[in-house]
Formats: sequence, structure tokens, C-alpha cells
Amino acid sequence: MRFTQFTDGQVEQALEVIGVDSIDALFVTIPPALRLKGDLKIPSGVSELELLKDVGSLTARNQDCDQLVCFLGGGAYDHFIPTVVDALSMQTEFLTAYTPYQAEASQGILQLFYEFQTMICLLTGMEVANASLYEVASAAAEAVLMATSITRRRNVIVAESVHPDTRQVLDTYLRSQDMDIVTVPAPDGVIDEQALLTALSESTATVLVQSPNLFGCVERLDRIVPIVHDRGALAIVSTDPISSGILKPPGAFDTDIVIGEGQALGVPMQYGGPYLGLLAGREKYLRKMPGRVVGETKDTEGRRGFCLTLQTREQHIKRERATSNICTNQGLLAARAAVYMAAMGRRGIAEVASQCFDKAHYAATQIAKLKGYELRFAATFFKEFVVRTSRGVEAALAACRARGILGGVPMARFDERFNDCFLVAVTEKRTRAEIDSLVAALDSA
Amino acid sequence: MRQEDHPLLFEIGSSGLYAASLPKSDVPTLKPADAIPAELLADEPPPLPEVGELDLVRHYKRLAHRCFSIDANFYPLGSCTMKYNPRINERVAAMPGFLNLHPYQDEADVQGILELLYRLRCDLAEIAGLAETTLQPAAGAHGEMTGLMIISAYHESRGERRTKVLAPDSAHGTNPASCSMCGRESISIRSKDNGRVDLEDLRAKVDEDTAAFMITNPNTVGVFDEQIGDIARIVHAKGAQLYLDGANMNAILGITRPGDFGVDCMHFNTHKTFGTPHGGGGPGAGPVAVAKHLCEFLPVPQVIKRDDGTFSWLSDRPNTIGKVRSFYGQVGVLVRAYAYIRAVGCDGLRDVAEKAVLAANYMAAKMKGRYPIPFPPPYAHEFVTIPDFPGSGVTDIDIAKRLIDYGIHPPTMSFPIHHCLMIEPTETESLATLDHFVAAMLAIADEIESNPEVVRTAPHTTPIKRLDEVTASRKPNVRWTSE
Repeated sequence: MRFTQFTDGQVEQALEVIGVDSIDALFVTIPPALRLKGDLKIPSGVSELELLKDVGSLTARNQDCDQLVCFLGGGAYDHFIPTVVDALSMQTEFLTAYTPYQAEASQGILQLFYEFQTMICLLTGMEVANASLYEVASAAAEAVLMATSITRRRNVIVAESVHPDTRQVLDTYLRSQDMDIVTVPAPDGVIDEQALLTALSESTATVLVQSPNLFGCVERLDRIVPIVHDRGALAIVSTDPISSGILKPPGAFDTDIVIGEGQALGVPMQYGGPYLGLLAGREKYLRKMPGRVVGETKDTEGRRGFCLTLQTREQHIKRERATSNICTNQGLLAARAAVYMAAMGRRGIAEVASQCFDKAHYAATQIAKLKGYELRFAATFFKEFVVRTSRGVEAALAACRARGILGGVPMARFDERFNDCFLVAVTEKRTRAEIDSLVAALDSA
Repeated sequence: MRQEDHPLLFEIGSSGLYAASLPKSDVPTLKPADAIPAELLADEPPPLPEVGELDLVRHYKRLAHRCFSIDANFYPLGSCTMKYNPRINERVAAMPGFLNLHPYQDEADVQGILELLYRLRCDLAEIAGLAETTLQPAAGAHGEMTGLMIISAYHESRGERRTKVLAPDSAHGTNPASCSMCGRESISIRSKDNGRVDLEDLRAKVDEDTAAFMITNPNTVGVFDEQIGDIARIVHAKGAQLYLDGANMNAILGITRPGDFGVDCMHFNTHKTFGTPHGGGGPGAGPVAVAKHLCEFLPVPQVIKRDDGTFSWLSDRPNTIGKVRSFYGQVGVLVRAYAYIRAVGCDGLRDVAEKAVLAANYMAAKMKGRYPIPFPPPYAHEFVTIPDFPGSGVTDIDIAKRLIDYGIHPPTMSFPIHHCLMIEPTETESLATLDHFVAAMLAIADEIESNPEVVRTAPHTTPIKRLDEVTASRKPNVRWTSE
């Protein structure tokens, strides 16, 4: 396929205007010795039909979660996506627009981001939010850097119950800044509050916890946040935005910065990305926040309008002194999440959360009745939970897969100590019949 | 776009409405208070908007009407490569078998997507002329940071901790900001009057404490720096690495390869070079390609082809910098980039570079009589002009805003030179569109002479006029409240 539109005659016409006799003459500044001899070693172009056959041969070798019944979680979830989400967020006016630097030509997407920021505030219980970051793990790194900049302290504490991807990405970011991370254990599925107390010091900048966490358990933010504040550190909570349909949002506990993985808000799983990182905080930290922020203002005739604001924090103005190097949000994903939140609304988000909660608890109860299976942790959980089995994780999940069920994520993927455990996620999409099939499959292992 | 007062989501709808429907739950209902401690249980649902489906559809439809986009408008935005985003790529990315894959499925169930990612990383390495590519970085700036971390790890493996990173004064703002993210000091290298790197300044500043020199080539003023061979030698002589900001790869696809001109490490912007949509500011993807001596430091996991022909994730790489993103990368974006490279192929990629460069030089030739271009031709895929209308009071911003009235998105303004316009047409525009742009620019030049006020107060056709950005920043209002 070619997406260029010059005819041969028009090439000649253009060359004549330029005053050269060949396209090659336009590349004279590239020294001949440095030029590629011959073609790139990649196949020649193909037609649209051939392309569809090519990718069709690849998709045929995937078994997706429409064909299989998905109980996988661990940071990506098979939630239902209403039709309006695709229909409205994927309009090509949003899809093919650039970052809205030119406010007059971008009011639509700017208003959309402003509404997105507001809805993230409403879901997290926070005062301000940005227009999204890449995904939760880099959002965690950005939030921690923000906290170290606010507190001017350099030690960071992370709960072991935070998703390992987030902890590893944080480690990569902080290593190059020569900052130390202390990990506090979570032997009972939630952060050990005594160990947290011991780990905190006057040099602790921030404590990062996740709730609901890697194990699906809900952290006692009502007790943790005050402990963190006692030592003058900032509390960062990574959350599942869907959980706010049933649980108090992190903002209700005086949390300083809330981050989250926004995938659950209407974004397909698409093998791990693109998703969107959420970041919300207190208004007083607004100028320390990374990422794009949209603000409301007025035009020269007094009409309401929206523009990118606080750009003096950003790399294109501040260069090496910017709050972050980030120069995009995840615009299209923020659009998906915005439409999702607006479509679900107050009632819908509560209904989704309740159904996840009820179905996960039904599944957990049924699985725990089976011989050789038990719940690994007693803590409160939301939509996923860890199961320990004496029948062998591999055998249990293979029995599920044989029946077309993705029964869970082996916990050994995250931590070898949990090699007799797997993580089961249950969304509102799962039916009682599917859950019963999962239980039967596990029982057959 | 229409002139109309457009309400916020929070100003429409009625209590009790929503635009989604779920089946009735078929499992026993659990009383939340029985399973959740009272301290953690929400008192009431979060106060999200309450809007019915048709009003929701109209709301977002009207927002879409209030946006410029490539599909509706010419977007000659320098350094951003706003080329056509092929429709077929959207169809491919949405195909069953790609869209609903969970990242933790067994490798046996996802061989198709793994092979796609493997092929893409090999194609990108070939286009770069380098040994290996990681697909993990989420955007160009993220790729820069990843590349600098790889370079730091390389130096550290040799027992060196190099603290400085050099970049030309014309570099994108992300370059110095990425240095800071990696805890490195950023040092600016002067450009000469002809837009090229000042080699004397480079020689004076590069030393044994220099980790890397970051260059964009062709650079942001739209010229390919023919000194690149010398630059690579100067940098390498001090043991530093040459990093390429791949923002302008569109100009050299299939013509020359960074690895062949001495680059050790680079990032691609799939949303520029390979036509993946910008999406109003993302998602992008910023794959990083490296030379052989840097491969061991690449992020994990890496997609590999095993001896038996199957594809797999490799996480065991002892000297890796670690992970830079959750899971594996912006897979949905990478699928589109794969489809683009497959569709146009090696012959088409070269055609992309040729037509992009032809289009830029054509526009420059037609405009230069009225709009001074500070550097001599030929240009790469973009060029800068510094509009000069003395006594008119008209600035680069005014011209940019006036273009909106002609249905054209403004070029990049005041970067990399104060008060310049940076113009990049891309290869996908027709001659007629290029002529329309030139005609608009010449008409604006006439207006500046006959009626500068109309330019100074532009735009006139948009739903709003110029905004008070100063107040927006001084007294930020970044969310709606009911008060």
C-alpha cells in the first residue's frame, strides 16, 4: 500500500519549482558513504487484502478472551465495555488530533480532558488530577519523584503487596536517581503495619501502597495513612478505580497522591497496553504534578474555554528543570475512560463494583469448599483473591484450560514463595454458570 | 466548527439516569457491610455524571466537532510528522485475536501476537541499522529515558560513572528533561549559523565524564548534518555514546540508517514515523534500538524466537536495566506500526522519505519570497521560517492563529528558534493541499500589509477566540465543582 499522493507528473512539477532535476538531488547532504546500498531487508509492500491475510494468519494463532473464559487479573481485567465507548471515543476527530497546544482548534478534546480530570477526582476523592500518564507503573514512579520533590527527602517505602511490575519500574527509575527503596512485607496479604512503623524515619519521603493490592486485598488505609503522616511522609495509594463503586476512595483517608491503572475504565486488555496511568493529588501540590493538565479559562469575549495549563512545569518550557520528561498523556485512552465513566455514571459504577464483589465472593466461597483448595489470605478483598492448592497450580490451571477457562494467574510469576498459589479475578462479565464451571474444573484436577 | 455554548457533562442529565446496562447478577448478593469493615465501606456511590445515552452521544459528538484532526485538516506541525493514519491499521488493531488478549495468558495461547512483536522488533532494528530493539517504552520521551539508562548501565559495567549528557541547543525539550530523569547533567552544544552542530564547541565539551551526545538528525531546523561521521568519531574518541532522537526518521527511511552513521542507541516514535494515530496526545510508542555492545542492558522481558520456531518472553538477562513499563509495552500501538511497515514495505518506506522531503522543499521554494528561511536548501522533511513583517506588530503566533481560519492547523511555533514557524508537510499530502497552504500563507502576508488587525485578532471562525492563558495558569481551575 502507498499512502502518498504524488503522480509522476506532479513529482516532475515539484522538482521544477524547487529547481533540481531529481529527488536524489534533495539528499545531497547525506554523504554517499553513509547511504544505504540497496533496499532495507524487510519485505516489499503488500495490498490491503494481503495485509489482512497476513495479520489473519497471526490472529488465528491467538486464543483470546472472547473464545476463552477469563478469570485472569493482576493488573488487567476483562470488564464489559459499553458500545458507546468505542463509538464516541474512537471518533477520528479525537483519534487523529495532535496534543491540543492550539486551544482554539482543540476545544473538544480539551473539554473532554477537563471532564476526565474532574471524574477522576470524583472517583478517587481527590482535589485535582492530571490528564493521564502512560500506565500505573510509570505513574507510580512519577508520583514517588513528585513526593520526593515536595518533601525534599530521598527514602522511599513500598509495600510488598504492590504489583511487582510497579515495584520493578519504580526500582528502574529510582536507581538512576540514586534513591533507596525499602520494601515492607505483607505476610497476611496486607502491609504489616508494625513493620511499616519500624521502617519509617525522618528521611522517609513517601510510602506507596496499593489497595486493592496485588493479592486482591483491601489495605487498611484508615490506619496506614495516619502512620505515614505521623512521620511527615506523604502517602501514595495505587487504586483500582472500579473499586470506588463500593469502597471509600483513597481521598477519604487524607491520602496525598492517588495513582491507578485506568484500564478497567473501558480500555480493552490488548495484551497489556496501551492503558492509562491515573494521577490525582491535593490542590496544594498541583504545581509539582507531572503530566498534562487542562484548565478552564475565558476567551477575549468572556466565553468559557479550556487550555493546557501550568505548562511552565513541562519539558518544552523548563527543559532539564521540568517536573518530568513526559510530553504526552494517553489522550485516546483518557477519552475512552471519560466516556466509560460518563456512560456508567453514578449508578452504573456502583452496579459494576457490586457485581464484581458479589461474583468474586461467590467464586471464592465455592472454591474454598473444594478439597485441596483454600483462600490464602483472610483479609477483605474486592474482585480478586489468592487461592492456595495442594493439588499443584499447574495441574489445577491445566484442568481449567482444557475446559476453555483461564482459571487464574500462577502467583509464582510474581513471587516464588507463592508457588502453591494462584490469583483469581472475577469481573461483572462472569456468570454463575462460568464460575460453576471454573469450580468444577478445579475440582477435576 | 459551530459557534454555540456547549455545556459540561456535569451540567446535563438528571439524577437516576445512566447510559449503560448490565445483566442482573445471578449470584447470591452479599451485604457489603458483612464483608467490608465499616471504615472502608463507601457511604454512597461516587458522584459521577448521570446522563442518558442519546444526550451522551450528542455531548461527545459536539466535542468532536470542536477539534481539528488530520482526517479533516492539514497539520503541517514541524517535528510531529502528522501524516495520514491509515484506516486499515485501526481495523487490524481491533481484530478479534488481538484486542482481547490478557497479558498473563500462556505463551502457547498467544503465539500470533508474540510473532508479530518479534517481527516488528527485527524490522525496526533493520530500519535503524542496529542490532536489537526493545518495544517496551511507551513514548518517545520514555524511549529517550530508557536509552540513557541503557547507556549509563553500559558505562557502569566498565566501572565508569559518567555524569554529563550533551545535546545541541536545537534539541527537543524532552532531551534535557530525560537527562534529569536519569540523574544526569544536561549540557547544551552550540549550533552554527547554518544549523549544524558547532564541532569546536562539541570538541571542547565532550570529555571522559560525558555519557552520551544526543542528536536529532535531520535536526529540528530541517537539515541533515553532514558532519555526522565526524561527530560520531569525536564522541566515540572520548568513550561516550551517540544517541539519536528518532523524531525525524521520516526523512531518511531506507535512505540511510542511524547505525550506519555511527549511532549507538536511538528511539523511534511510531506515532510519527509509522503513522500510528496521535490520539489527541497519545498513546504513542517509543521503541529503542541499540548497537551490539548495548544489547545486554536492554529492558526485560524481551520477545524471542526459540530454536523450535516458537516465540517466548525472555526475562533472564543479568545486566538488564530492568522494566520501564507494566507488562510488555503499548501493544495496540505496536500492532498498528507492524501493519504500517508490512503494508508499505521496504520500497514504500523509501518512497515515504522521498515524498516527505520533496513536499517540504516544494513548499519552501514557493514560500521563500515572502517568508525568509534562515538556512539554505535543500531541506529534509521540514523547514523553519522566521516571518518578518516589520512595523506590522504581527507575530509568528498571529500568523499561526490566522491559519486556523483557513482550515489549516498551525505549524510548530517558536521552536527551535524564537519566533520561527517550523513546517512539516509529510509525504501523505497532495500537491493541491500543499498549494492551498502556500496560498494561505501568501494571503496572510497580503493581509498583514493591508489589514494587520485581522491577523492580530485571529482566529475568527472558531467556537472561542484567544484564551486568557495567564489567568488559567495563575488561578488554575482544573476540575469542575458544583459550587
